[in-house]
Amino acid sequence: MLALRKPGFLNRLYLIEIIRGLFITMKNFLFHKKVTLQFPEQRRDYSPKYRGQHYIKAVNGVENCTACMLCPTVCPAECIHIVAGEREDKEKYPIKFEIDSLRCCFCGMCEEACPKDAIKLSNIYEMSQETRTVYEKDFLLEQRGNK
Amino acid sequence: MSRLEMTLMFVKIAIVMVGLLVTVPIMLFVERRGSAMMQNRLGPNRMGPFGLFQAACDVLKFIFKEDRAPGHVNRFYYTIAPWIAVIPAFMTFAVIPFAGSLTIEGTTTFFQIANLDVGVLYCFSIGSLGVYGIIMAGWASNNHYSLLGSLRSSAQMISYELTLGLSIVGLMMIFQSMKLGDITAAQGATLFSIGPVDVPKWGIFVQPVGFILFLVSIFAETNRLPFDLPEGESELIAGYHLEYGSMRFALFMMAEFVNMAVASGLITALFCGGWQLLPGFGSLSHFVAGLGLIQNENLVTVLFQGLSFVIKLAFWMWFFVWVRWTLPRFRFDQLMNFGWKVLFPLGLLNVLVTGILVYKGVL
Repeated sequence: MLALRKPGFLNRLYLIEIIRGLFITMKNFLFHKKVTLQFPEQRRDYSPKYRGQHYIKAVNGVENCTACMLCPTVCPAECIHIVAGEREDKEKYPIKFEIDSLRCCFCGMCEEACPKDAIKLSNIYEMSQETRTVYEKDFLLEQRGNK
Repeated sequence: MSRLEMTLMFVKIAIVMVGLLVTVPIMLFVERRGSAMMQNRLGPNRMGPFGLFQAACDVLKFIFKEDRAPGHVNRFYYTIAPWIAVIPAFMTFAVIPFAGSLTIEGTTTFFQIANLDVGVLYCFSIGSLGVYGIIMAGWASNNHYSLLGSLRSSAQMISYELTLGLSIVGLMMIFQSMKLGDITAAQGATLFSIGPVDVPKWGIFVQPVGFILFLVSIFAETNRLPFDLPEGESELIAGYHLEYGSMRFALFMMAEFVNMAVASGLITALFCGGWQLLPGFGSLSHFVAGLGLIQNENLVTVLFQGLSFVIKLAFWMWFFVWVRWTLPRFRFDQLMNFGWKVLFPLGLLNVLVTGILVYKGVL
């Protein structure tokens, strides 16, 4: 049962409570662990599932992508643009693989749709650019994060 | 006035002015780092050791910012309002004694710019002029938020000035003087002794209720939390200085910090013994004088008195910051109720009780 207690005289005087509050503030000031992260030197560890900067996985210097067009199909933001080509051994590969970084919403659907495990999202989160950026294929092949 | 007295006067004015001006960046630093640490953050710590140069950067930023007045303001009052806020803040410190007396070549000087007969009244009358700056700023800004802020400020100042005045009437009755110099000097006497410990006759010990009333109302006078209704950012954005930018805003901020310094100085001078030496400083001063680095023993004592005053002042300045991050802001009706229905009657009662005690010869 909820019992309504009337505050006593000392409680209504607030003075003692204010002094107690002051000591709590002082305790925080002196002893409490500071939660600030000193960003460029210290970095927060994100989960491996974090969806950051995109990259294309490559094996022996050859990208896994076969330009099957599943990722541009599934992409809700329509930010992936692929032009398919053919290698000499008749294997399909992307001549152009571009991701419009401003359109991308980092939903990770491309990663799920990819049958070849080619397009992935790394956990790089410092992606600021000075211009409107379209990620090219060469750039995407270099980005790996810690994977 | 002899040449020596003239020089000493200039030295005293220089000490006070430089001291107050130096207080501002120090308080900027203390407030930013202190508040951050109280909230379990680190605060600005990149510029210089411990972020000490952050204040200098802030000042530089203020100076080089574009000084732009909005088109809808009343130019004249908009321009002079920050000055009217800041000048009385500096003027008030003139009557606060910051060290004892020094005798050079037969001339005795008291370390206080002016030992006026009406010292305490001077403080309050000049201090209350500061509210004109705020009202002018609010009115000239031609902005509803600013106007509301300044209206609140004026109502608050008038309500709490009554208590402020009443709370030290008891003190004046006990020390039989309104000169701040006399009050401070009288606080050196011993009130009573517990074994080897002498409890000095500080205002805080003879007038505890008066001290609490004074403390609460000086917080209201300086517009600091929990009484910072004129600039309550949640409801008034920034209150009276909403339309101000660059150095003009900095002047308001400076006025606030200098007001804090003056308030701390008043608390120190009236209730904490002013320049009376802190416990242990007496023997320390004798020891330093015994070393013989400074020939004039009087000068050593004065230096230690100044140091005591500065330490006490610094504690109260810190207390302002400390309270700011502990207590939430009052609601306006609560503020008025508290001022008129609690503090004002308590102040009257305090005067009555003190009067009876003084008449009976207890104090």
